[in-house]
Amino acid sequence: MSEKSMVEAIRDAMDEELARDENVFIVGEDVGQRGGVFRATVGLFEKFGADRVIDSPLAELSIVGVGIGAALYGMKPICEIQFADFIFPAFNQIISEAAKMTYRSNATWTVPMVIRAPYGGGIGGGLYHSQSVEAFFAHVPGLKVVIPSSPYDAKGLLKSAVRDPNPVIFLEPKKGYRLIKGEVPDEEYVVPIGPARVSRFGEDLTIFAYGMMHYYALQAAEQLEQEGYSAEVIDLRTLYPVDRNTILESVKKTGKALIVHEDNLTGGYGGEISAIIAEHGFNDLDAPIRRLAGPDVPAVPFSHPMQEWFMVNPEKIFKSALELARY
Amino acid sequence: MELSSELKKEMYWMMLLSRRLDERAWVLHRQGKIAFHISGIGHEAAQVGAAFALKRGHDWVTPYYRDLALMVSLGLTPEEFMLSLMGKAGEPSSGSRQMPSHFGLRRVNAVSHSAPVATQAVHAAGIGLAIKIKKEKKVVLTTIGEGSTSQGEWYEAVNWAAVHQLPVIFLVQNNQYAISVPPEMQMAVKSAADKACGLGLPGQMIDGTDVFAVYKIIAELADAARNGKGPALVEAKMYRITPHSSDDDDRTYRSREEVEENKKFDPLLLTQKRLMDEGIYTEKDLEGLDKKAKQMVTDAVKLAEDAPYPTAQEAAYPVYAEEVPNV
Repeated sequence: MSEKSMVEAIRDAMDEELARDENVFIVGEDVGQRGGVFRATVGLFEKFGADRVIDSPLAELSIVGVGIGAALYGMKPICEIQFADFIFPAFNQIISEAAKMTYRSNATWTVPMVIRAPYGGGIGGGLYHSQSVEAFFAHVPGLKVVIPSSPYDAKGLLKSAVRDPNPVIFLEPKKGYRLIKGEVPDEEYVVPIGPARVSRFGEDLTIFAYGMMHYYALQAAEQLEQEGYSAEVIDLRTLYPVDRNTILESVKKTGKALIVHEDNLTGGYGGEISAIIAEHGFNDLDAPIRRLAGPDVPAVPFSHPMQEWFMVNPEKIFKSALELARY
Repeated sequence: MELSSELKKEMYWMMLLSRRLDERAWVLHRQGKIAFHISGIGHEAAQVGAAFALKRGHDWVTPYYRDLALMVSLGLTPEEFMLSLMGKAGEPSSGSRQMPSHFGLRRVNAVSHSAPVATQAVHAAGIGLAIKIKKEKKVVLTTIGEGSTSQGEWYEAVNWAAVHQLPVIFLVQNNQYAISVPPEMQMAVKSAADKACGLGLPGQMIDGTDVFAVYKIIAELADAARNGKGPALVEAKMYRITPHSSDDDDRTYRSREEVEENKKFDPLLLTQKRLMDEGIYTEKDLEGLDKKAKQMVTDAVKLAEDAPYPTAQEAAYPVYAEEVPNV
């Protein structure tokens, strides 16, 4: 085992997959000599060459569209969108093309590719370097949507995503790139796409989260412990297709559900988790389902006090969870 | 390059067969037997010439919805086309999930395409990138209407191919109308080929009604591209003799006189005259071929009419390249 940061684990995953399969290549803005603006591809250009780590023109739709074309040919592209906020020019290629290719061709064509994008706020990035985009994609059959919250999962899930025969949207909580550190095995492993993970066992309520909010949820759970409440924490990890059983089993045990994300509340991913619980776990509930999410303003403001007003943090999760526990 | 009589006969046959298929589709629509048809009448010379310039099954194609003659030349059978018109089981591009003329034929490397225009151009760039990475001697042909060259996707695709010197031929079929809108409302240049000079690749405008000329030019460009000489942009000019689709009424935007005048440049008639002038076919030969083509179309209609529909349950699959359990 070695201690790694999120971004190191992500880089290691790509390093290993590039070495394992000659069809794997990376394409994106500044991924070559620069090694990525977040340094996620640092050293890979030198190691694997300009044919495997390709600096794209500054145009996101063709990063994805060219990746789709290469995938159709049998390659395994890892497309990097520099910030999730810049993924929207590629929306058409992702929704109309990547997501629908298998279905619309009756599986005569498939698109094995990964689209990596750092997402999330709290880093002084303002409106266009802070957004959470998961809800747009977790609505779309044909895509898989994965968000890791630890270095271990980041590496294992990214390796699974590269090997997956479908388009995988891999969203990385950028605030956690260096902040979140953890033990990562030195030997080969993967983490399967699909199952959620019970990251903390508890009895009184369940906190559902992913990415940076999962990291914060664990901190809030520690604080709740001191108040005498035992919180179960579930890291959803794969948003689409979602692990319904793990969600429902936990609610059955605790009877209370708090769903946390930093994306806007309305139409956010939490609504889906809430609906799953309400439809299939209603009889297990001892309190109304709660959602704690970013406010319904267009995006995260730049100025620090305004940013902090927007962002969900451990304290806000703790307060909301405490209210729910006392319900 | 002198074309053999045999080759000319083969190309004429594909033009003829495609035309009779297209005409029958209009008849079937008027009879209420099919719901929709999108026509390529007037495009046959450009499409057949381009198809014959490819090594079929070796080179790659990302087509668009007006490419019936291209697809028939590549190997789409009359029966398969009729299955798509009627939404019957066994249709090869999509299992009848897509509307008719949304082509795709895995066995000849013709990639499935969608309805949002120009998305396929970007895939061609990606396929070209994969061919270049793998150091293979293949070319990708991507086709598009002149109106769709207004899309940002198209510019990004051409730019990619030019920057990375990819083996891609961008064939623009300028039929004078994007549904109802003429080229002067799409572009300030006289030909889409002129756009090449701003993107850094060779561009040329050719007569899209001369099947043999199209063949020669595309064959040369394809050979160059296969040998690492990079991409090319070609605009083939023709006239769209029919309305945009069976749902369009072209009387709302162009005169009957204009259409009649342009029928003089019907590529099928021009090719017939050419073959007779060159002594390759007599009028009687042509009548015999016409009879044969019509009979093939009739047989195909019968086979398709007798074919079953897909079961409703097939609509549930295949969303992913593998079965996704709802864990």
